[in-house]
Amino acid sequence: MGNLIGKSVKRVEDKKFITGNGEYTDDIKLSRMTYASIIRSPHAHAKIRSVDVSKAKDAPGVVGAFVGKDLADQGIVGVPTGWQVNFKNGDQMKEPPHPILATDKARHVGDAVAVVIAETAAQAKDAAELVEVDYEVLDAVVTASKAMEAGAPQLFEDVPNNVIFDWELGDKDSTDQALANAAHVTKLNIVNQRLIPNAIEPRSAIGDYDPSRDQYTLYSSTQNPHLIRLLMCAFVLGLPEHKVRVVARDVGGGFGSKIFHYIEETLVTWCSKQLCRPVKWTAERSESFISDAHGRDHETVAEMGFDSNQNIVGLRVKTIANLGAYLSTFAPAVPTYLYGTLLQGLYTTPAVHVDVTAVATNTVPVDAYRGAGRPEATYLLERLLDTAATELGTDPAELRLKNFIPPFDGVDQPGYQTQVALQYDSGNYEAVLKKALEISNYEQLRKEQEEARKEGRYLGIGFSTYIEACGIAPSAVVGALGARAGLYESAAVRVQPTGKVSVYVGSHSHGQGHDTTFAQLVADYFGIAMDDVEINHGDTESVAFGMGTYGSRSLAVGGSAIVKSMEKIKEKGAKIAAHLLEASENDLEFAEGKWTVKGTDKSVGFGDVSLTAYVPHNYPENLEPGLDFTSFYDPANFTFPFGAHIAVVEVDAETGKVEVKKYFGCDDVGNVINPMIVEGQLHGGIVQGIGQAILEGAAYDAEGQLDNPSYMDYAMPRADDVPDFELERTVTPCPHNPMGAKGAGEAGTIGAAPAIVNAVVDALQPFGVKDLDMPLSPQKVWRAIQQSS
Amino acid sequence: MKKQVQITVNGVSYRGEVEPRQMLVQFLRENLELTGTHVGCDTSSCGACTVVLNGRTVKACTVLTVQADLGEVMTVEGLASNGELHPIQEGFREQHGLQCGFCTPGMMMSAWQLLQDNKNPSEGEIRHALEGNFCRCTGYHNIVKSVQYAATKM
Amino acid sequence: MIPNDFDYQKASSIDEAVSLIAQGDEDTKLLAGGHSLLPVMKLRLSMPAKVVDVGQLQELNYIREEGGALAIGAVTTHQQLASSELVQQKAPALAQAAGVIGDPQVRNVGTIGGSLAHADPAADYPGAIFALDGEIVVQSSDGKRTISAKEFFVDLYTTALEANELIVEIRIPLNAANQNSCYLKFPSPASRFPIVGCAVALHKDGGNCQEVRVGFSGVGNAAFRDSAVENALNGQSVNDQAIANAAAQATDGVDVLEDANASEDYRRHLAKVFAKRALTQLA
Repeated sequence: MGNLIGKSVKRVEDKKFITGNGEYTDDIKLSRMTYASIIRSPHAHAKIRSVDVSKAKDAPGVVGAFVGKDLADQGIVGVPTGWQVNFKNGDQMKEPPHPILATDKARHVGDAVAVVIAETAAQAKDAAELVEVDYEVLDAVVTASKAMEAGAPQLFEDVPNNVIFDWELGDKDSTDQALANAAHVTKLNIVNQRLIPNAIEPRSAIGDYDPSRDQYTLYSSTQNPHLIRLLMCAFVLGLPEHKVRVVARDVGGGFGSKIFHYIEETLVTWCSKQLCRPVKWTAERSESFISDAHGRDHETVAEMGFDSNQNIVGLRVKTIANLGAYLSTFAPAVPTYLYGTLLQGLYTTPAVHVDVTAVATNTVPVDAYRGAGRPEATYLLERLLDTAATELGTDPAELRLKNFIPPFDGVDQPGYQTQVALQYDSGNYEAVLKKALEISNYEQLRKEQEEARKEGRYLGIGFSTYIEACGIAPSAVVGALGARAGLYESAAVRVQPTGKVSVYVGSHSHGQGHDTTFAQLVADYFGIAMDDVEINHGDTESVAFGMGTYGSRSLAVGGSAIVKSMEKIKEKGAKIAAHLLEASENDLEFAEGKWTVKGTDKSVGFGDVSLTAYVPHNYPENLEPGLDFTSFYDPANFTFPFGAHIAVVEVDAETGKVEVKKYFGCDDVGNVINPMIVEGQLHGGIVQGIGQAILEGAAYDAEGQLDNPSYMDYAMPRADDVPDFELERTVTPCPHNPMGAKGAGEAGTIGAAPAIVNAVVDALQPFGVKDLDMPLSPQKVWRAIQQSS
Repeated sequence: MKKQVQITVNGVSYRGEVEPRQMLVQFLRENLELTGTHVGCDTSSCGACTVVLNGRTVKACTVLTVQADLGEVMTVEGLASNGELHPIQEGFREQHGLQCGFCTPGMMMSAWQLLQDNKNPSEGEIRHALEGNFCRCTGYHNIVKSVQYAATKM
Repeated sequence: MIPNDFDYQKASSIDEAVSLIAQGDEDTKLLAGGHSLLPVMKLRLSMPAKVVDVGQLQELNYIREEGGALAIGAVTTHQQLASSELVQQKAPALAQAAGVIGDPQVRNVGTIGGSLAHADPAADYPGAIFALDGEIVVQSSDGKRTISAKEFFVDLYTTALEANELIVEIRIPLNAANQNSCYLKFPSPASRFPIVGCAVALHKDGGNCQEVRVGFSGVGNAAFRDSAVENALNGQSVNDQAIANAAAQATDGVDVLEDANASEDYRRHLAKVFAKRALTQLA
């Protein structure tokens, strides 16, 4: 309608951040605020014989100290998980309690055992050192496959062999048969290593109980305040939801790790009631490493069969997923519905079967981390494709082009029904790969590789073509799959009497730029200035409801909810305009911020209609005053962004160091509101993928100690670890949401890791290296070269 | 055991009594309520706490307030002058050099130091100069562009 | 991350600093830039009762030529060293080591004296101090003494420095080899401390190696001079073959660290690679 959609408008939220006026949770200082320090288990697995906080209670400045029993005595069991996945035999999954503070046992290093609260953070820290916990250390198990073995340490009494559930998807018989009859089978053992999300803002939460109104406010660095309120009220503390407000102001990155309802949120809320004072907890980074949910951690055997024409005939995947010590909010969904369902990839594979066993171990809980399941699926598919290309002596791009699902727009051609439960909305997969080949100048790259090898330099070129399921999700579908909540989104659009527009949306922005993208959407729709639109989010008191931000859903789902409300406003506005213009609604058209009687110059502006709605002196009969609508949008299907990434690396064969030289991508995220923001999302995602490929990985030792629990040991990507990126886009609109948008938040991460690893393996072909597990540290690469040559 | 300090922050002189163990970043955040400077780690790694002390950038999480006594500090709140954004701030906005904004103040201070020392840095020099600052959102691509933009404006 | 409470005293002179630590109390720590001490205090791995701050003593902050040596005050920052034309000219290995420590912010505050006193096995300086044949001048209430690198670096986090002593100066001899020196490192991807840091000083005459000194950081429990490499190259004609032969001797007879970044064999291998690269650069 307007001219803002598709423009790289500069972000409206930037001003506060670049001037230091952002308001992150730890920036909030309330009157009479106290500070909590949490005592965490130094052992991965230990019986707790006793916890003594008496000395801490006597320390200077201490106002309270609590142990697990204090909560248990009030009937508080723990934080729940939001998804239920049943065993293959139909039995309900095991769901051991996740206490706020451990009582009987500590089950991972970092498990919270007690809390001390004092007038200052320093006093709380000093007093925490005085808490005495008597542990009886037990054997620990950290690897999922080992935890399933007979005789492994058992985390819970009623979870035999630590198996939380087993699960399968696809047709096993036809897949087995396809692989048995295949002319060639490519098989890989893949470890998708555990990652630590590391949003740069450490988690923070402030509980503030107001005794005068018997109301609670929780300020939290969360991606979805309403979901936290729902879980905490209904399933943890049993508080009436209307007495609880959850506020998530500026949040310094999430990447999934701030979706979940964490024990600290409940803890500070509960403690503030006990003390009748605000209680703040902010994680130290060393706490983040052992208390933020981790990501990935799969052990997989994957086999892909080909016929004699190099067509894929079957894919068999067997995965053991490590869920850590407790079930985090989304944990059961990640290695199942967000993983197994994506194993069709972009390919016409006629038979797919995936078998997943989810296991508890003495490690930090594992949950969604940028991509969540989809990077794991894409990684194994794309490693298989590049490996198969080498084995079959064909070009990896050719092999993909041969096996891609043909283009379909989801309108004239139906969606593509996969072997693993999903129906892709629309896609043109060869287009993105061909574009990526073009911008990378692929043939030239191969020549450069050839020349470099003659000089003893090892360049590698790696591919990754991915698809993801985003815009999560249709409530009925996810409900059938075990979600314990709907995954719609809500948005209220409130037109003020002066024609200014306040939007209240359940999506939460923590870097995604919603204040800008949503304002563009609204200003464009109504034909008004962006300055006249304010986007509000992150406060349960102002926003009707919301499911929050994750799964690349904000625009596709939250944005669609805004559109729904705007449509209602336009419809009602037309009635008012028709009355003012003394015309029939049917004769009006709405454009550039005004309703005009078709074929005339008679018009009335958006502002006048708004004012009339609130000052209804001259007003249609039987029409309510006001111009304010709330809508809930429940998507009809997931959205399916896709893309092709090509990485060029150089390996220093003497040291094993991998340098990412060039990176090309062509992504298709459907229609785009703000290309600048979309590109930014892709850049950040790609670097998280590169991080997984060459730098990052949580390393637990056999006793369950995290060997790299700080930035001194856990390698984060820095500016000089990565190159500039050359990105293009194609546009295949989503056919089932009003904007045709698919989502861009996770694409980069999903595409990047396999492209990098494929490139490194390609670089090492002269040494005969066929496979390497991430992260591709210098030592690992060097050793592979030594062992192969 | 508290010590008297006098520290000039963004041109304003502050006196106060602090525990010797207090880090400069806490003095800024807690005592002065200048919360633009952030804490992202405890190992002097991430750079979210970067400020300028006596003309050079430091990690304020690893400087005691008492060490900064009689010193001059510039924080993100002091970058703009007379309501005009500093070219570095402008660059970050123009080139989409920030997403969640948490690392941004520290990142901009490091950019400030670089551009003090090198008026016309190459892409490689910019990436190297930012090695003490982590960003998890942007992939650094647009941060580099932001610094390049600022360099042309300064 | 909040350190334990402690008493803080800012020394206004070297003499005052030395008198404040005169009792040699292990619970008293000297603070220069703080970039070695404060991180361990934040983790409460070090919990001193008293901290004596010498970081702002201008009489300890200088770089000058003096008595045939480069004399460097103990609280000279890494950044000052890295950007000093004098150091770049007379002892480039030291300037290069200083320039790759930590990151810009760390280099703006961290000091050479503080780093040497901390004696982290993975610190960058010590290898360079060995290769440059540097000395460390320390002062106590009893006066000054000068310690060679070999005597100074004892073991992991252990030096010859007594609790009542303050490092006041680092001395690097002015000679032809030091003038033709360099420092190369292979950093840990996470901390960027060296997995291997190799400093070499090489003096050639007519294509022959007159003097070569090779120092390693990050390789052993303490930094060391690698006599095996030196002996293999001394007196030889400096060419690719001779360099390769000499570098292949690196770490012979030396105990080598093993950690998550590098097993013993990989670290030995890297030491040879970086010895070769450093020698090649200077040849």
